[in-house]
Amino acid sequence: MWTPELSLALALAIPAIGGVAVALLGKHPNLREAATLVSAVLLALNVAYLVEIAPGHPTLELANLAPGLHLVFRLEPLGAMFAAVASGLWIVNSLYSIGYMRGNNEKNQTRFYVCFCIAIGAAMGVALSGNLLTMFLFYEVLTLSTYPLVTHKGDENAKRGGKIYLSILLGTSIGLLLPAVIATHFLAGSTDFVAGGLLAINGVTPMVASVLLILFAFGIGKAALMPVHPWLPNAMVAPTPVSALLHAVAVVKAGVFAMLKVGTYIFGPELIAAAPASDALAWIAAISIVLASIVAMTKDNLKARLAFSTVSQLSYVTLGVMLASPLAMLGGALQIVMHAWGKITLFMSAGAIYTATKKSEISEMAGLGRYMPWLFIAYTVGALSIIGLPPLGGTWPKLFLMQGAWDSGHGLLIVALVASSILNVAYLLPISARGFFAAPEEAKLKKKPPMLVILPPVITATGVLVLFFLIGPLRDYLAPVFMSSSLAAEAAS
Amino acid sequence: MDMLASLLPAGVAVHAPALIVVIPLIMAAVAAFMPKGLWAWGVTLVTAIAVAILSLNILGQVSTGGVISYAMGGWAPPAGIELRVDMLNVPLLLLVGIVGLLCVIYALPSVADEIAKKQQSLFYSAFLVCFAGLLGVTITGDAFNVFVFLEISSISTYTIIAMGAGKDRRALTASYNYLVLGTIGATFFVIGVGFLYMATGTLNIADMAAVLEETGHNRVTEAAFAFIVVGLGLKAAMFPLHVWLPNAYAFAPNFVTAFLASTATKVAFYALVRFVFSVFHPEVAFVSMSFTWLFAVVGVVAMMVASVQAVFQTDARRLLAYSSVAQVGYMMLGLGMGTAAGLSAGMLHLMNHALMKGALFMALGAFALNFGVRRVKDLAGLGQTMPASSAAFTVAGLSLVGVPLTVGFTSKWYLVTAALERGWWWAVAALMISSLLALAYVARLLAAIWMENPPASRGGTPPARRLAPWMVLAPMSVLAVANIYFFFHADPLVGLARAAANAVMGGN
Repeated sequence: MWTPELSLALALAIPAIGGVAVALLGKHPNLREAATLVSAVLLALNVAYLVEIAPGHPTLELANLAPGLHLVFRLEPLGAMFAAVASGLWIVNSLYSIGYMRGNNEKNQTRFYVCFCIAIGAAMGVALSGNLLTMFLFYEVLTLSTYPLVTHKGDENAKRGGKIYLSILLGTSIGLLLPAVIATHFLAGSTDFVAGGLLAINGVTPMVASVLLILFAFGIGKAALMPVHPWLPNAMVAPTPVSALLHAVAVVKAGVFAMLKVGTYIFGPELIAAAPASDALAWIAAISIVLASIVAMTKDNLKARLAFSTVSQLSYVTLGVMLASPLAMLGGALQIVMHAWGKITLFMSAGAIYTATKKSEISEMAGLGRYMPWLFIAYTVGALSIIGLPPLGGTWPKLFLMQGAWDSGHGLLIVALVASSILNVAYLLPISARGFFAAPEEAKLKKKPPMLVILPPVITATGVLVLFFLIGPLRDYLAPVFMSSSLAAEAAS
Repeated sequence: MDMLASLLPAGVAVHAPALIVVIPLIMAAVAAFMPKGLWAWGVTLVTAIAVAILSLNILGQVSTGGVISYAMGGWAPPAGIELRVDMLNVPLLLLVGIVGLLCVIYALPSVADEIAKKQQSLFYSAFLVCFAGLLGVTITGDAFNVFVFLEISSISTYTIIAMGAGKDRRALTASYNYLVLGTIGATFFVIGVGFLYMATGTLNIADMAAVLEETGHNRVTEAAFAFIVVGLGLKAAMFPLHVWLPNAYAFAPNFVTAFLASTATKVAFYALVRFVFSVFHPEVAFVSMSFTWLFAVVGVVAMMVASVQAVFQTDARRLLAYSSVAQVGYMMLGLGMGTAAGLSAGMLHLMNHALMKGALFMALGAFALNFGVRRVKDLAGLGQTMPASSAAFTVAGLSLVGVPLTVGFTSKWYLVTAALERGWWWAVAALMISSLLALAYVARLLAAIWMENPPASRGGTPPARRLAPWMVLAPMSVLAVANIYFFFHADPLVGLARAAANAVMGGN
């Protein structure tokens, strides 16, 4: 029987079984990749079902550790949305991985695919978790399982990057997030995600909430709020499929998703608005947005530039949470979806360029668009979406965030959002412009890029376009999470 | 529990508290006369199995029937010596019994490698004396008897540490230092017990408590408290009385380190808890003052200083030894909270820490057995050459940091909750900083094991995979798996820890 409980269990089991299958089939590369693809497709189908049943809040208890400490899955629309983004893009990215890893003759491919499966499983765990404890557990599994992927190359540079990656992510989570989780449990008697906010319901004062909010904001290091962002640029030593799916989608989005969940279900919008720290954190997020964009402009390495762009774009979600108005939080939630599709397109393009030409510096990429027109068109579409131009998906989160900022009386923050969009134009579009209009250095490409690294970015670029038109259903699906009934009615009219 | 209680026939079960000490003592004599090391090991193994069964049986008896009081030789307490088991010392009996058994299984290949053939029987004999001593300290209900068993275990410990001299002669100075300090500690302890005897006229712990409650405290009992805390603190490696420990752990035979790290300091910590809570009362002014201003403070200082020292060690076993000092700090902090929640968190960490350090030191022993390595940088590439041992080491190492899916996480959870309940935010901060330091030193070990390549041999080919003997792998794996198992099933250990705290704090 296909019950909601079974489906919740399968969301964790499919990647796990997939990982085992990949490990067993290590000697047969074609079968091994087939195992990854089959798992990805099955997971996406399963998640599609979960998306449909999410408003009914299916629940599954995984383990009862001790009295009062449970590992539990409880689905709600935000989690279903995150699971859908991660699992849907896993299919595209798996195709891309095959093209990239083979095209670049990478070593240890079995380990690569196994860790990928575990990481996706952990991302599912974060998405479905019903309390902070469960979320924390999968959050840590996600950190540990992506470490071998970051250090995949195994050279000194990769080890250095991996060290920073692990120390910042584990350090912030153990040093700040864990005490915040335990303090929440201590104050509220549980860590369950409750509509309206667990801490608000338990009458926690705004001052105590402020302390906790700061611990959460910096403890969730994966949200890359400055100054805990350096792990993300350093994670770029990983092969590009890792940067694409994990460091533009699964890992970083797990971070901001956790922020959003904590804001919505642990604090509740009213408590955040009442907490004095939220204003300060909103400004820190705004500063992150602008500053990271400025740093991105100085980077000549394409992946490094995209990484700082991600740091900037992630803070949009944190900003949305800290503004705590329904529209701003909805904007934050939509940013998770829209930025994921846009940024994965950019990363896959960067990897495709590298596979074809071994070039990673922007200054060397003159004229490449003439040889790879589809790829550069896909890149441009992704970039325009991140900038926030219609008719592309990235428009909506920015619009909602600006409205939300205005609603909550933070009109000044709109300046930061506008400034960031202008900076986005300045650092993302020159790559397209040079690609198409500058004179190429060589007469023709040394090597024709494999089909499998060109097709996936084109698919996701199309997705970005389609998402613009899907805003109605998406908003209707997510809005109930953030709005009381009257507000929802107002927004609908 | 009923099943455990009926594990042994009633006639034997009645005498279980006596047998658990007497059997290892007698067997120590038997082992000494064995002509071959293997036979002596057989005697030790049989003893350890018997002790493990007895400890399980005693757990069953206490859980179903309440406190056991056994009059040694039929002389009723307080005149005679009483063996007394309640929920506080049952966890220790289980720990020494079961972890002891795992260590003994591990001993055969390890000892065969490190101890001269002629000495092996004597080595096992000395170990059994130490084993009996630790069990005796745990089970006795008589204050002077605690001293006697403490000395029995200590003197035999000096011997078995010194037998590490076969590999590294620094074991002799390490043992000698421990002997000097250990004797000072024992002297302090016995002076304290003497003062208590002067004040109360009895040596029975329960009787002392009753008399003290009636007569109240005076300068003599205050002095006794100070002497006893210093004496037992030294044995428990309470900062700054820990200086004997790093070298002793670093140079003892690997089996001895694994055994001592997971049992000896724990038993001393138990004895400290017993005296502080059962003999003296936590509500007496000078005792409750010592919680905040002594135990909590030295606990936090140990968590910081020893962890920092661990980060900079070059010898892998010394690194983990400093980590042990830091972990004793966690237990001291739990004790220092002076609440049932704090003490039970400390007791929980006591058990969990034994699971971690047992596995870690066994894995280091396995590395030493196969490749003779002991410095951190020499661990390079072991992930490739000894994957199974490295995996066990990794699990236990992550547990030490407190990563979820391991018992270390459970320990931290309860310690932090207890600190919050006490309103000690600074203790929460200290726990987290110490965890980060643990991350730093564990990461050094794991980075060497997994991220470096094994040194190439002379021919240029990297050394092939070398599996540790199964007798090393099996107990190590059991402990590593226990680190994960008791995360998902925290109930049994948390329940034991709670019951232990309630046994002396008078809760339900």
